[in-house]
Amino acid sequence: MNLSTLTNRDSLFRTLRGPNNEGILAVVLIVLVIGMSIVNPAFFSVGTLFSILRGSIVPLVFALGVLIVIISGGIDVSFAAIAIFASYTTVALANNGGFDPGLIGVVLIACFFGAVLGSVNGVVIAFFRLPTLIVTLGTQGIFRGVLLAYVGSRYIANPPASIDQLATTNIISIVNENDRAYLHVLVIPVIVLAFLVAWMLKNTMFGRGIYAIGSDSEAARRAGFPVVRIQMLLYTLVGVMAAFAGVLHVTLGRNANPQSLVGNELDIIAAVVLGGASVFGGRGSVFGTVLGVLLIQIINNSLILVGVPTAWQRTAVGILLIVGVGIQALSAKRNAKKVFVTTPLEG
Amino acid sequence: MNKEVLITTAPVLEVRNIVKTYGGVKALDDVSMSLSGGNVHCLAGENGCGKSTLIKIISGVEQPDSGEIFIDGVRQGKLSPFSAIIAGIQVIYQDFSLFPNLTVLENIVLTSHVARRAKLYSTRKSRPAARAIIKELGLSLDLDAHVEDLSVADKQLTAICRALVNDARVIVMDEPTTALTHTEVKHLFEIVNRLRARGVALVFVSHKLEEALEVSQDVTILRSGKHVVSGDASDFDRLSLTRYMTGRDLDESREVTTPDWDAAPLLSVAGLSTPGAFRDVTFDLQPGEILGITGLLGSGRTEIAEALFGVLPATSGTIEINGSPVKIRSITDAIRAGIGYLPEDRLTQGLFLDKSVADNLIAGSLGSYRRAGMFLDSAKISTTITTMFERLKIKARSVAAPVRSLSGGNAQRVVLGKLLANRPLVLILNGPTVGVDVGSKEEILAILRDEASAGMGIIIISDDAPELVSVCNRVLVVRQGEIADVLEGSDITAANIQEKTTA
Repeated sequence: MNLSTLTNRDSLFRTLRGPNNEGILAVVLIVLVIGMSIVNPAFFSVGTLFSILRGSIVPLVFALGVLIVIISGGIDVSFAAIAIFASYTTVALANNGGFDPGLIGVVLIACFFGAVLGSVNGVVIAFFRLPTLIVTLGTQGIFRGVLLAYVGSRYIANPPASIDQLATTNIISIVNENDRAYLHVLVIPVIVLAFLVAWMLKNTMFGRGIYAIGSDSEAARRAGFPVVRIQMLLYTLVGVMAAFAGVLHVTLGRNANPQSLVGNELDIIAAVVLGGASVFGGRGSVFGTVLGVLLIQIINNSLILVGVPTAWQRTAVGILLIVGVGIQALSAKRNAKKVFVTTPLEG
Repeated sequence: MNKEVLITTAPVLEVRNIVKTYGGVKALDDVSMSLSGGNVHCLAGENGCGKSTLIKIISGVEQPDSGEIFIDGVRQGKLSPFSAIIAGIQVIYQDFSLFPNLTVLENIVLTSHVARRAKLYSTRKSRPAARAIIKELGLSLDLDAHVEDLSVADKQLTAICRALVNDARVIVMDEPTTALTHTEVKHLFEIVNRLRARGVALVFVSHKLEEALEVSQDVTILRSGKHVVSGDASDFDRLSLTRYMTGRDLDESREVTTPDWDAAPLLSVAGLSTPGAFRDVTFDLQPGEILGITGLLGSGRTEIAEALFGVLPATSGTIEINGSPVKIRSITDAIRAGIGYLPEDRLTQGLFLDKSVADNLIAGSLGSYRRAGMFLDSAKISTTITTMFERLKIKARSVAAPVRSLSGGNAQRVVLGKLLANRPLVLILNGPTVGVDVGSKEEILAILRDEASAGMGIIIISDDAPELVSVCNRVLVVRQGEIADVLEGSDITAANIQEKTTA
């Protein structure tokens, strides 16, 4: 066999597969869409597409935050608690004070709360070097408890007018006799955010530092990376992103419910892990995460269309998470078992 | 005063009267050392003598309790890893401290970016600097390859390039040759000489004393945290170095057991093959024999051992123990057949680092302490622990000390103890004395001779020729996955082994 064509084909395959198996995920996504369209032709429509995109807005912002944490070698389960804390408190403040801070005001206030709560995670994790899962599990409980006990547990049905108005703004509306499709305006900031995060991870020393810490934090320290500062910053940033997701959630839902969001962390973490981010740290991409979020949304969406009870959706996502982690563990094992011989054997 | 003379004569880096205490134990006690530009300084000493601690202090990873550090004659305040890099101090750690998930390019340039306090990173703009270094050293490294896919030698070269891109004034190399083959070591020494020509001061830490002497101009020796002697490398030879390091003379003669050559073989391997790793491996191991298997890194020597232990089972061939054929499909099969294996990388594969010496010693033989089905016989366990602890002369505060706190030589004894507690028929050791100091090495080899005399069959996989000469009855030389030569008796000499492995 011709060796050069083999290596060419090999490297082409590798390029298509992507550094974190994004290619495989894209293929799974396409197969799923085709399969669903055959089972239920109603699935293949602009309306479905737009509604999946709308459904992905909040999860994607969360997932981008979780991606950053997972690349740094940690795991965050407090993002939903931060999101609802920040957004509910902001809405409650505006309502109780009887003023409307305006769209930008709401986002800024919420992001401020997000930054404060995120930095709590950061301080505990970076300074005391505690396991991230346990710390964020603890802060999740604390943030949620403080919210319900001190800020309020009441459902607020009327968020500030400035953001409520946004809830019904679409950039594309297609209405005809057999289809109604609306593309919500909030997909724009989310797309912008995804590009920003991708740029930050790839082209800033902060981003490269996150990969370095996730790969080997002791090596990162020896290389001069300010590990503590990077961890502090990244958890603060993730807090801000979670708060932003919280505002989006309140806006899209047109209400602020302190009981919502928390409990749905599994979907987000599953999406990020399926998107190729390694639970062992140091690996992951925004592109993979976007695909992962879309995959989870489509699966949830299509299970409904096929008539599977909602309870089974959790099971499906749980299975996907285990499959995702399993694939990572298997490929790590295969890499470790690679046999190296300096000179090729004859025959 | 002439300024130029001052610059060339003042030491690039000087440490004075360094003291460092860990939990009441003095790791470094009043140690001083001075490095001059363009020279290689050999830092020698047994495991646990304080070499690693001194390196960590020079690189700012650890702070000394007292003592001073001067760079170009200027006294330094508190050194952090960051300020040490700024000052031009680079350490190539034994584990390289590279980022396996990043590319070669990123590994080379990221630290210099950190040192410059850069905020942004651009692959395109970083490329020329990395390429210049690679060209200067005359290397061929693929800048876009991920470090995890590189060979050990290439990983090390990446670490060297990283040091250089930072305009290092001082480069510390901690055990740089451990994982390298003969040719690769030669290549490394050429690069070291090029670095000297650039005026870089190098520190060379190695257990391979001949190598260290070959490449160094200055020598400093530590023993138990204390400075023993410093001087010109030309004033030392292997024996005097060893004497300073251990405080006693060492016996280097050949001392082998007398196996029963007429007895039926203990282990008999025939036609063992795994495509891509090794082919048609056939040999017998007599009871009481110590058999050496040597070859270059990647020759297949490790794969043969892993096949015998079921880590990577061979695809064809037969294995017989005491005349009866055994099928080894997994590690469990191998242990059941009476085979024990000491892996190459004892830290990650052979030990539970955070567990005590005692727990590690019995970890491999728990089944044999079973009483009434599911309970453990604690009296029997503690007998095993104390016997092993004393017999192997493990130096630790107590059997309860975590293995992480032990030096390399002592950690190796714990792994050995764990294996011996299982009473294997055949013991396979991969690099049993890698990273172990000369004193411990002699003791470990003596333990192996004892075990062999008691009838155990031992296979040592090693590229340390003097070690093979000192204990092996026979030596198999593996080249490109095949047993190319079998050395016996007086043919087993360091020169012969060297020649056959690289032939």
